[in-house]
Amino acid sequence: MATLIDRRRVQELVRNGAQLVEVLPANEYAEDHLPGAISIPLRNVDRQGVSGLDRGRPVIVYCWDSA
Amino acid sequence: MSPRAAARLEGLGFKEVYDYESGKSDWLAAGLPTEGTSAQHPRAGHVARKDVPTCGLHDRLGEVRDRVRAAGWDAVVVVNDKNVVLGLLRSKELDKNGDLRIEEAMRPGPSTFRPHVSMEEMAKHMVEHNLVSSPITTSDGKLVGLLLRADAEREEASIDEKP
Repeated sequence: MATLIDRRRVQELVRNGAQLVEVLPANEYAEDHLPGAISIPLRNVDRQGVSGLDRGRPVIVYCWDSA
Repeated sequence: MSPRAAARLEGLGFKEVYDYESGKSDWLAAGLPTEGTSAQHPRAGHVARKDVPTCGLHDRLGEVRDRVRAAGWDAVVVVNDKNVVLGLLRSKELDKNGDLRIEEAMRPGPSTFRPHVSMEEMAKHMVEHNLVSSPITTSDGKLVGLLLRADAEREEASIDEKP
């Protein structure tokens, strides 16, 4: 079960090398995304889609909000 | 959406997965920087005047008015000790009896806007509602600054002029 975190923790983890992943559709990512985030839309979160991620580092996923 | 993505990542063998539950809306509402095509356009949080004077509920209006006008302002935002917006005094309220306490003279619970709102949206709303200024706050109500309609209209016009 993934750990739920707030934005302070996001900033802290990113400073320490965590990978940020936006899972919204690519057009929404193109408009606005968190600094340094990469785009992997939810439907692409599969073995091939995540091949660019480093399994040895923490991963933070986010979308628009908790809804 | 992000809980499903997190579950899939864990299923794919990722050991340390976090879900930033409140997501991009929370990030933008806090006025934090973003990247992307929209990030280049000025937003309410960027244009709002951060040097707007503030005062407390129990301050005396006359003293606040002198301080505010000496600094060249015609508005003051009422905040608590956590910088949460409680009220606003524009020109009309500032001109009330100087012996009043701020809480008796202020406009309580003014409409506030989040820092990520576009200049186009802000300018349109402020014109339609005849607002000369609007407090910009984070999602937890903390003051970011005061957006002046003149600034919003000027910024919006400069966006329109860009090719």
